Amino acid sequence: MDGYYAFMLVATALVLMMTVPALALFYGGMSRSKSVLNMMMMSYVAMAVVGIVYVLWGWSMTFGPNDVGGFFANPFDLFGLDGVTPDSYVAVMFQMTFAAITAALISGAIADRVKLSAWIVFLPLWVTLSYFPIGHMVWGGGFISEHFGAQDYAGGTVVHINAGVAGLVLALVIGKRIGFGKEPMRPHNLTLTMIGAGLLWFGWYGFNVGSIVFTGETEEENVAQFLSETGVTFLNTTIATCAAMLAWLLVERLLHGKATSLGAASGIVAGLVAITPSCGAVELPGAILIGAVAGGVCAWAVGLKYKLGLDDSLDVVGVHLVGGIIGTVLIGLVSSADAPGGINGLFYGGGFASLGDQVMAALIAIAWSAVATLIIALLIKYTMGWRITEEAEVDGIDSDQHGESAYDLHSGLGAGSGSAAASVLAKSTVSEGANA
Amino acid sequence: MKLVTAVIKPHKWEDVREALETFGVTGMTVSEVSGYGRQKGHTEVYRGAEYDIALVPKIRIEIVVEDSDADDVVGIVVKTAQTGRIGDGKVWVSPVDTVVRVRTGDRDSAAI
Repeated sequence: MDGYYAFMLVATALVLMMTVPALALFYGGMSRSKSVLNMMMMSYVAMAVVGIVYVLWGWSMTFGPNDVGGFFANPFDLFGLDGVTPDSYVAVMFQMTFAAITAALISGAIADRVKLSAWIVFLPLWVTLSYFPIGHMVWGGGFISEHFGAQDYAGGTVVHINAGVAGLVLALVIGKRIGFGKEPMRPHNLTLTMIGAGLLWFGWYGFNVGSIVFTGETEEENVAQFLSETGVTFLNTTIATCAAMLAWLLVERLLHGKATSLGAASGIVAGLVAITPSCGAVELPGAILIGAVAGGVCAWAVGLKYKLGLDDSLDVVGVHLVGGIIGTVLIGLVSSADAPGGINGLFYGGGFASLGDQVMAALIAIAWSAVATLIIALLIKYTMGWRITEEAEVDGIDSDQHGESAYDLHSGLGAGSGSAAASVLAKSTVSEGANA
Repeated sequence: MKLVTAVIKPHKWEDVREALETFGVTGMTVSEVSGYGRQKGHTEVYRGAEYDIALVPKIRIEIVVEDSDADDVVGIVVKTAQTGRIGDGKVWVSPVDTVVRVRTGDRDSAAI
């Protein structure tokens, strides 16, 4: 299995790229020009903090040998990778990049307003209380995998539902940005967002395809599994994403009149999110269905925050929680015994068993993440506090937290060029949620 | 002397500059500006949020000319910047008391 090992080196680097820089670009472009650096820094810092925490006790808590009540493994058994042999280091790094991007995903819900220090305190607490336990329950032999046969190939519950719920809770506890719903908060650079979405798609092949777990008894069986299963997950990941992009564009064309570049970028991510748990569970028709449903429903769901008065700034809830639930639950309908997961869903004659398992896994992940995140969020709120000052928020968090500005915009017309193209001053009003 | 100020559509700016140069205007001050008149803005939708973009981008040209040239310059701007559609802009003329060339201290006509 030399080929597998070489592939995992690449897959791990691909997933790392999803956080640094893909997610940072995706989110950074959607934020305002006065806060793009802080938005990108939240992803970069998440990589650094979670990376250290993961090798100290994250691996041990998720995959360690001594289970504690089915909820997590003893964090001290393999503390600092003590007792882990170097031939497992790539597996550790692969899992570490998952923890990092999950934490980084949350930052989109609380853009433009959170102290860097509060974020850095939040990160280790959150992965410890929410990510590692749910990872253990789903992938480490804990509660969910033991009591429910739920399928989660690459992290619908552990990554996306988990991050989506955390984003929801944090947005509620931390509160809205000043001017939310009244002032325009348009994305400042959608080219960055398009590049970010493209890099996320590319990196997601490491994320999904690299999540193969061998079940064979012999080397030959494992090689055969590797050759066939990676093809299925690669295909499903691609096709679901195509379907989701088209569905998002169609829905927004119908609701708002235009197919947008932000819609294409968002549709890509929604599709990737939904196919994450299901890429090993379904065949081609299932992948198309899951992608199309995720793209269409998420395109509609991102408008709900205005109705709810929830400043989930960059739609972590609307894309990751909604997309994660869709991908996780639809497995119960379109899972196929001919796919690597080997379980028939409702539409394939498997009855309601799989659907029940998938719903339970989603509910447990939602409940666990909500409680764990709420405890941490309130703890930080009533001690160090989450938010920068009002004045700093209005002036821009980049300058306040980092002493930098992303762009030098003081050059005038190019001499003699005459291409006096238009920067539209965005002082106007926002009329929210045309579809809401 | 007169100050001619013109607010025009950005894509007409190059035509206007060329026409003025041909007429003999040797310098001007140009800025990117935003505003609105009868032409209202437009709407943009980002992930379901509809933004009413009230201000329209324009180019503002400022030229100081001799009294005798003012009408001609206004005529050239109007002729070149005109598309006939709403949003073509405005031109206005105001009196100027004194002009000084900073490099030499020349005043008025010699400074134009």
